[in-house]
Amino acid sequence: MSTLSPVDLPNSYIGRSVARPGLARLTQGRGEYVSDLALPRMLQVVFLRSPYAHAEIVAIDTSDALKMPGVVRIVTGRELAEHCTPWVGVLTHLKGLKSAPQHALAVDHVQWQGEPVVAILARSRAEAEDASDRVYVEYREIDPVVEMFSAAEPGATPIHADLGDNIAFERRLDAGDVDAAAAASDHVISQRFVFGRHTGVTLEARSIVADWNRAEQRLTVHLGNQAPHMIQNIVAKHLALEEQQVRVLTHDVGGSFGIKVHIYPDEMAVCALARMLGRPVKFFADRLESFVSDIHARDHVLDGRIGVKNDGTITFFEIDDITGIGPFSVYPRTSAVEANQVVNLTGGNYAVPNYRARTRVVFQNKTPTCQYRAVGHPIACSVTEGLVDLAARAIGMDVVEIRRRNLVPDDAYPCSGPSGIRFEALSHQASLEKLLQMMDLPALHADQEEARRRGVHRGIGFASFIEITNPGPAFYGVGGAKISSQDGATVKLDASGAVTVQSSISEQGQGSAAIIAQVTATALGVPLARVRVILGDTDNTPYGGGTWASRGAGIGGEAAFQAGRALRDNILKLAGTILQADPTSLDIRAGSVVDEVDGRERLPLSELARIAYFRPDTLPADFQSELMATRHFVPREYGFAFTNGIQASYLEVDTETGFIRLLKHWVVEDCGQPINPQLVDEQVRGGVVQGLGAALFEQCRYDDQGQMINANMADYLVPMAGEMPDIEVGHIITPTKESAIGAKGAGEAGTAGAAACVANAVNDALAPFGVVITEIPLTPEVVLNALRHV
Amino acid sequence: MIDISLTVNGERVSACVLPRTHLVDFLREELCLTGAHLGCEHGVCGACTVRLDGEIVRGCLVLAVQADGSVVETVEGLSDSGEIADLQQAFIDRNALQCGFCTPGMLIASQDLLKAGGVPSREEIREHLSGNYCRCTGYHAIVDAVEATAKAREAAR
Amino acid sequence: MKAPAFDYLRPSSLDDAIKLLGAHPDAKLIAGGQSLLASLNLRLSQPSHLIDIGRLAELRGISVNGGVLRIGALTRHAETMASPEIAAHAPLLTQAIHHVAHAAIRSRGTFGGSLANADPAAELPACVLALNATLVARGPSGERRITADDFFTGLFETALAPDEILIAIDIPVATPDGVHGFQELARRSGDYAIVGLAAAGKRSGTHLSELRLGWFSVGTKATLAPKAAAALIGPAASLARASEMLAEDLEPHDDLQASGATRMSLARVLLKRVITAMEVAA
Repeated sequence: MSTLSPVDLPNSYIGRSVARPGLARLTQGRGEYVSDLALPRMLQVVFLRSPYAHAEIVAIDTSDALKMPGVVRIVTGRELAEHCTPWVGVLTHLKGLKSAPQHALAVDHVQWQGEPVVAILARSRAEAEDASDRVYVEYREIDPVVEMFSAAEPGATPIHADLGDNIAFERRLDAGDVDAAAAASDHVISQRFVFGRHTGVTLEARSIVADWNRAEQRLTVHLGNQAPHMIQNIVAKHLALEEQQVRVLTHDVGGSFGIKVHIYPDEMAVCALARMLGRPVKFFADRLESFVSDIHARDHVLDGRIGVKNDGTITFFEIDDITGIGPFSVYPRTSAVEANQVVNLTGGNYAVPNYRARTRVVFQNKTPTCQYRAVGHPIACSVTEGLVDLAARAIGMDVVEIRRRNLVPDDAYPCSGPSGIRFEALSHQASLEKLLQMMDLPALHADQEEARRRGVHRGIGFASFIEITNPGPAFYGVGGAKISSQDGATVKLDASGAVTVQSSISEQGQGSAAIIAQVTATALGVPLARVRVILGDTDNTPYGGGTWASRGAGIGGEAAFQAGRALRDNILKLAGTILQADPTSLDIRAGSVVDEVDGRERLPLSELARIAYFRPDTLPADFQSELMATRHFVPREYGFAFTNGIQASYLEVDTETGFIRLLKHWVVEDCGQPINPQLVDEQVRGGVVQGLGAALFEQCRYDDQGQMINANMADYLVPMAGEMPDIEVGHIITPTKESAIGAKGAGEAGTAGAAACVANAVNDALAPFGVVITEIPLTPEVVLNALRHV
Repeated sequence: MIDISLTVNGERVSACVLPRTHLVDFLREELCLTGAHLGCEHGVCGACTVRLDGEIVRGCLVLAVQADGSVVETVEGLSDSGEIADLQQAFIDRNALQCGFCTPGMLIASQDLLKAGGVPSREEIREHLSGNYCRCTGYHAIVDAVEATAKAREAAR
Repeated sequence: MKAPAFDYLRPSSLDDAIKLLGAHPDAKLIAGGQSLLASLNLRLSQPSHLIDIGRLAELRGISVNGGVLRIGALTRHAETMASPEIAAHAPLLTQAIHHVAHAAIRSRGTFGGSLANADPAAELPACVLALNATLVARGPSGERRITADDFFTGLFETALAPDEILIAIDIPVATPDGVHGFQELARRSGDYAIVGLAAAGKRSGTHLSELRLGWFSVGTKATLAPKAAAALIGPAASLARASEMLAEDLEPHDDLQASGATRMSLARVLLKRVITAMEVAA
C-alpha cells in the first residue's frame, strides 16, 4: 500500500479540475429531464388549487368538466384519500414539534392559496386546463391567519383546532451568562433583522411521471429529485406498497437547491393516480403553480443583541427569532429545521461563550416553508455579522479588526460553539487574511473615498460564516425519518477493463457524477475516461441519502473512494495470482497493473478482466476473483463537518433612487480537500448569486388575505446576468480527518454569507447618513424609506 | 387545426397544429425536439430561446402557426451543424452549466451576440444574456465562456 | 399554463384584416405577440379569434417624407434599434429602444403593437407623446389620424375603435436645435421600469422650448407633464418649480415595486437627471 495521501498519488484526480462527464449531452439539448419524458398511454394531470388561503370545501361539482374533450378522470381529495394515507411532518428529536395530518389533495378544508384540491386527468395539459375551468368548487371562506406575530399570540385562532395553538415548535437556549456579559459590556446594541420569504425557482419546475404496472404490481416513479430512496420509502408507505414495489429514477434534474427534496402533496397524488388508473400519469408544474406550491423558505424576524467592550471584545450574542412556516410542517424533514439551524449557527464563528436564543415556529395560511439551500445559514450569518458591524461602529473600530479579534483562532480546534456545535478544524483567521489579500482593501478604501467626494456612495461589507456539511444521522435519522445519512458505492471492473460506479448520491448539476468518477479513478488507478457513473435509480444503486445538505462529495465521495480501494485490493489479489507475484508488490496506474516500485507495466486491466471473466479455468481452482466491490460510509466522530469562509462585497448605492449596484464580490471558503476545484468554485459562485437574489430582489409577497401577489416571474424578481457581479473565489484547505479523501461540503457556502455582506456594505455606503438597514430584500423602496427621502 | 409547413433544423416539416400551440410545445411534443425547454411560459426566463428566420425569439411567445413558412433552428440543429461547437466546448471547459436546463437557450442567445463579431465586453455579454435565467451558475462562468469564445474566434479571423 | 382555444385567421391584406375585425367582435389582433402570447398562456385573455396581421407588407417600412418620419406599425423593435433613419430623425427612439425588454423579444415585438397595447409601463407610448407623434389608423371608413396626446385613454386603452388598426406612426423629424433625453429606473435590465421619462424639445443657447415630458410607469397610462414642462421653458426655467409641478401633472400609483410617494420622488430624480443631461440652465 502506498503511504501517499490520495491527493499525492501519481495518477490522482483528486484536486484536479477535470470536465464533468455528460456535459456535452446537456449542451446539445440531449438532456433527459423528467419534463421531457413521454410514455405510451400517458395522461397529463392538472391540479385545481385553492384560490383561498383558508376555507372549508362545501361542494365540488365535476359534471361539466367531465364532459370536456380529452378528459379521462377527475379525482377529488376524498376519493384520493382512499388510495393515499395522510402524513404528519414531525421529528421526535425536535421536542414538542407538532403538525396536522396532511392529505395529497385537500379534504374538507384548504389551508393555503395553492393547495391542490382536485386532480383533472386528460390527454393533454391544455385539455386538462380547459376542464379545470369547469370544475366548480364551493368554498366557505374562513379568516386566514397570515401575519406570524399575531398568529403566535396567545388566544389567536389556531389553524388546526386539534393542535390548540399556532406554535409548531419553540426552542430556547441559554449558554454562558448573557446577563453578566451584558452588564460587563461597554455597549449593548439591539437591532431587528427582517428576512423576506423566498422560493427556489428551479428553472425546470417540479416534474413527475408515475407509472403503475398492474402485471408486475410495481410503481415506477420518474421524479426530478435529490433523494430517491427517501421518495421510495415514503411513496411505498402511503400507498400501502412494499418498498421493492417502488422504483424511483431521477434522470437529469433541472435545478433543485432543496426544492426537490420534500414530499409534495401533488406528487404523492400523481403516484396514487397512476395506481388508480393503471397508466402513466405526468405532472409538470407550470410556473404560476410553482410559486404557490414549491416550498418557500426564510421569512424570519429576529431581534438581535450584542455586547462589546471598548477594546473590541464581543461579550455575548442574543437572538429572539420567529418564523412563519405555512399551515403544515413539511414531510418528512419538517419545517422546524431552519429555525433550529438559526439557533445552532448564530455566533458560531466567534469565540463568544455567552449566547441566548429563542425561536418560535408558527403556523399560518401561506405556502409551506421547508429546507432550501443554506437552511438557516443566511439568517444566522446576517444577524451575527450585522450585529458585529454595529458593535464595531459603537466603539469606532474597523470592521476587519473586530473580526480579527473575535473570530475563533485557527489553533483553537477542536472546540465547540456556544450552541454546542462541535468543530473539528476551521480556518477563520487564515480565510480573513486570504480575503484581504485578494480584495486589496486599501485600494478599495481609496476608491470609496474618491467616490464619496463626487457624491457617489460606495460601501464595503464583510461576512464570516460557518456551514454545516456532511450531516450524520443527527439531522433526520435520530428523529425517526427514514432518510439515510450513509451512502454507498459499488464499483465494478467490466470485461473490457472499464469501470462502472453505482452511487446512492444524486445529480442536479453540482457535479456529483464527476466527483464520484474522480475519486473512483483515483482509488483504482484508472484513467478517468474509463469510469462510468450511474446515479439516481433505486433499482440500480446502493441504498443511501442522495444529495442535499452539502453531503454528496464528503459522504458519497468517500464511499466511492473506499469501494474503489476495495476493488483495487481485489484486482491486485487476482493480478498476483495471474502473475505469481506478491500483490503488495503491485499497483494499478493508468489502467494497468504495474510493478509498485519501478512502475513497469505487468498486466493491463483489460487482460486481467479477460482472464477473470472468460478464462477462469486458467486460475487456481480455489481462487475466485471478485471484480465488484461495495462500500458504505457515514461520518462517525462528528455529527456534521463544519466548514467556514468569509465573503466581501463592494457596491454602490444611489442615494437618490435607492438602487444598489453590485461592483464586485469575493469569497474565501474552506471545504477541506476540494475534489474538483472548478466545481467548488462554481458551487460557490452559484450559491453567492442565490444569496444576492435574496439580498436585493427576491421575496414572496402576500396580502393580508394570504394571497401571494407576485407569483410569476415578471413580479418575483430572480437575479439575472445584467445585475450580478464577477465573483472571485479563493480557498483555504483544512481537510477533515473523518475520511480518507478529506472532503467537506461546498454547496451552500456561497448562499450562507452573500446577503450578509451586501447588507453590511450597504450600511457602510450609507454610513455618512447615519442609516442602518437590516432588512432584505434591499429594494429601492426599503433604501429610500431608510434615507427618509420619501 | 391548421396546416403549416416550415423548415426545422434544415428539414422540411409539414404538420397540422392547434392554433393555440406555441412553438416550443410544437417542437417538443410534435417533433420530439426537447432541447428547447419550458421554464416559465410567460416570456421571462429564456429557457425556450430558439432561432426563427435567423433571429432569436422566445419560443413560448410565438405560435406554431405564426412560424408557418419560416426557418426554425434549435440547439439540436446548431449542434448537428457544428455552428456552435466551439461555444459548447467553452461552456464545458469552463463548467458554465450545472443542471443544464438553461443551457440551450443560453447558447443560442450567446451565439446571437457572437455572430455580430468582435469581442464584446463582459458588460455587453451580461446585457445580451440579461433575458436568460440561470439559477445554478451565478452567470460568471457563462460570461467567461462567451468571452473566451469571442476571443478565440477573433484570433482565428 | 396553456392558452385557451381560439381560431386563427391570417388575412392577406389590410382591408381583409379590417373586415375580419368587424366580423369578429371578440377577436384580437396579433402582430409580434410579445405581450399577447404571455397573456394568452396565462389565460388572462380569451379571444375567439386571433387575426394575424404580422405579415401585412402595408404596415411595414420606415420612410422620411416632407419633414415627417413614418414608422410602419409592424416595425420590430430590433429594426427600430438598427434604423439609420430613426437614429437621424428621432434619436430619442434609438436611445429608448435599448431599454425595451431583451434581444429575443425585440426581434418580434412591434412598434405599433406596443402603442396599441398601451401598457402604462412601456417605453414607446411615452416616447411618441414626447415626440408629438401622430398615429395613423385605418378602419372600414378609411384612415384616421390621432395625435399621441389623444391616443392613450387609459389602462391598456386607446382611442382606436374596435374595428380600427394602427398602421403607422408619423413623427416630425428632429431639427438641428432638437434635444432629447431618456432615463428609466428598472430593477433589472429589460424589466418594466418603476418610473421612466422620455423627453424631447428644442434648445436655443441654454434655453429650452417646445419641451414635452412623456412619463411611463407613473399612473394608469403614458402621460405628458405639461406644467412641469412649462416651468422649464425659456429664460425663467426652474427645475425646482418643474419638480413641484410634477405633483399636478402626475398621478403616481402604488404597486408591488413602489408606492405612489416613492414614484413621485423617483420621478423628480429622473426629471433632474434628464434635464441636467440636456445641459440647459434651469
